[in-house]
Amino acid sequence: MLPDSTLRSRRRLLLAGAAVLLPTSPRAAPAEDAPFGGDPYGSLQWPELRKEFLGRDARAAFDPRVVVRGPAFAEDPMNVPIGVSAEGLQDVERIVVLVDRNPIRKVLDFEPLAAATRPALSFRFKLEQASPVRAAVLTRDGLWHLGGTVVESSGGGCTVPGATRRDGSWTQTLGQVSGRLFEGGAGTFDGAAARLRVRVMHPMDTGLAAGIPAFYLRQLSVHEAGGAELLRLATWEPVSENPVFSFDFRRRPSGPFRITGVDNNGNRIEGRL
Amino acid sequence: MSRRRPAASALACALALAAVPGVPAAPPQAVHDVRPAQVAPDVQAAQAAPPAPQPRADAATLDYRLAARALAPGVYVVEGANADFTRANGCNIINTGFIVGRDGVLVVNTGPSRRYGEQLRALIARTTPLPVTQVLHLNLHPDYFLGNQAFADVPRAATAATLEGMRAEARAYEDNLYRACGDWMKGTEALLPDRGVAAGPLVLAGRRLELRELRGHTASDLVLLDVESGVLFAGGLVFVQRVPTTPHAELAAWLASLDALEREPIRTLVPSHGPVAVDARGIGQTRRYLLWLDRSFTAAAERGLELHELLAQPVPEEFRGWAAFDTEYPRTVARLYPRYEARALRAP
Repeated sequence: MLPDSTLRSRRRLLLAGAAVLLPTSPRAAPAEDAPFGGDPYGSLQWPELRKEFLGRDARAAFDPRVVVRGPAFAEDPMNVPIGVSAEGLQDVERIVVLVDRNPIRKVLDFEPLAAATRPALSFRFKLEQASPVRAAVLTRDGLWHLGGTVVESSGGGCTVPGATRRDGSWTQTLGQVSGRLFEGGAGTFDGAAARLRVRVMHPMDTGLAAGIPAFYLRQLSVHEAGGAELLRLATWEPVSENPVFSFDFRRRPSGPFRITGVDNNGNRIEGRL
Repeated sequence: MSRRRPAASALACALALAAVPGVPAAPPQAVHDVRPAQVAPDVQAAQAAPPAPQPRADAATLDYRLAARALAPGVYVVEGANADFTRANGCNIINTGFIVGRDGVLVVNTGPSRRYGEQLRALIARTTPLPVTQVLHLNLHPDYFLGNQAFADVPRAATAATLEGMRAEARAYEDNLYRACGDWMKGTEALLPDRGVAAGPLVLAGRRLELRELRGHTASDLVLLDVESGVLFAGGLVFVQRVPTTPHAELAAWLASLDALEREPIRTLVPSHGPVAVDARGIGQTRRYLLWLDRSFTAAAERGLELHELLAQPVPEEFRGWAAFDTEYPRTVARLYPRYEARALRAP
């Protein structure tokens, strides 16, 4: 799922053209021998999680500019709403969302490709039990900036089938795309100029409910009029059924938007908003 | 983690999420004595709207300390805490009731647990020498029927839709209430109603009872009117000074049902949750809340707000002051807002 080098360079160009380069540095260097790898949540899983998803030699530090908003308690463990923003950071290349105590720990990997695209998104995911929910934000200097929140739960989001799987209605709606561009402005969307909300109908089966193999969206891209790719999102099983995503923009992008994607069975997603 | 859990709609029960810390327990109050049937019921007191007696449950002995309060001759309410489910209140947050006829007693809802059912039946036996001859369930929610094991020998009636819902959700309800209230739930297993019931006159010798079937809080909401006294058991359609629960709510239908209720000759209204009211003001409270939810969710969806942003929006003072606001309102947002979002995202 890592973008190939061509895409990477193209993105760098876009970013370099747009960003006002301010010197930024995370507050603290990673404490390799601190308990729990210096994790503010004291999570036993964190050191391994970090090695697995960021890399053994990754440079990473907890950074208050990575803001993860979520509920204190998962009212519906199959739809836990999370907002991630790294708007305080320059040159963000990727945002990876990880959940320590989920059976499938990687939720998504977001690339704000265009200068207009904020390093911020909202989504819902399935939570199996109380856990830290983390965002790891990679900036162009190769440093991972880490933020998170803890969501309590009475458990059980990943191992039961979703509603449309149980009633069979998913076959009627698979791949349907709906969405809308909303005007931002002062006091709305943290000051973003616009927000695109996109909903894709998909059962997002985790493979952990008996007899139902994993079936989930793998990738989603949003292109604005003229074809420029505004953002790209890789998704995994924990993203909620019939996912709704919100993407925020520094300038109002121009529609109509083309939404493309693919699931793990090779079904193409194609929509126009 | 490996425990199999009910699926989305089952999880969407008000109780799925009950084990939320931070809900204040019912304030300790004096335990009210049972009024023996031969003593003239203190109807005056009921009309003067005394503060609802909230017997403090005793967790050491698992005694709910249930007390029956006469609202009219032969019409009793057994009041639960106006709160969310907690271990301190033993998950007793419901107002159940019973009506004494010439030959037998009708029980309205059986409470959250086997133990509650047993204690309710003992309370009835202390109140009247007449046998329990009927049990009626006003909707499918768990504290309306999880006390049924104590009434296994009595005919238990619910509408077809309620029975179907109970059958689908019973296992989830057991799990959720065990999780929320632990030992209080020991030995509780769902025992379903064994017969249907339809709107119209309800036969209980010596009394005129009318049953109406409405909907909106759930797919089937019964209300029971004792015609002589004007006491109305409003079930889940009316919440008094308590944030309404919405696991099976359809707001438009619910609002229409409130309009229908307002036309009933109500002198005393017994909501399932919140204090008994001597007038219909609970109907207005519930209507204001539902209308506000609808307006607020519609506006948020049209502005493109995310669920967590909606939760941060201001809420009118009146609603914030009601019992269980901190837990019930976020549940309602999580459950109902996605419908408004889906509608807004389909719009041009």
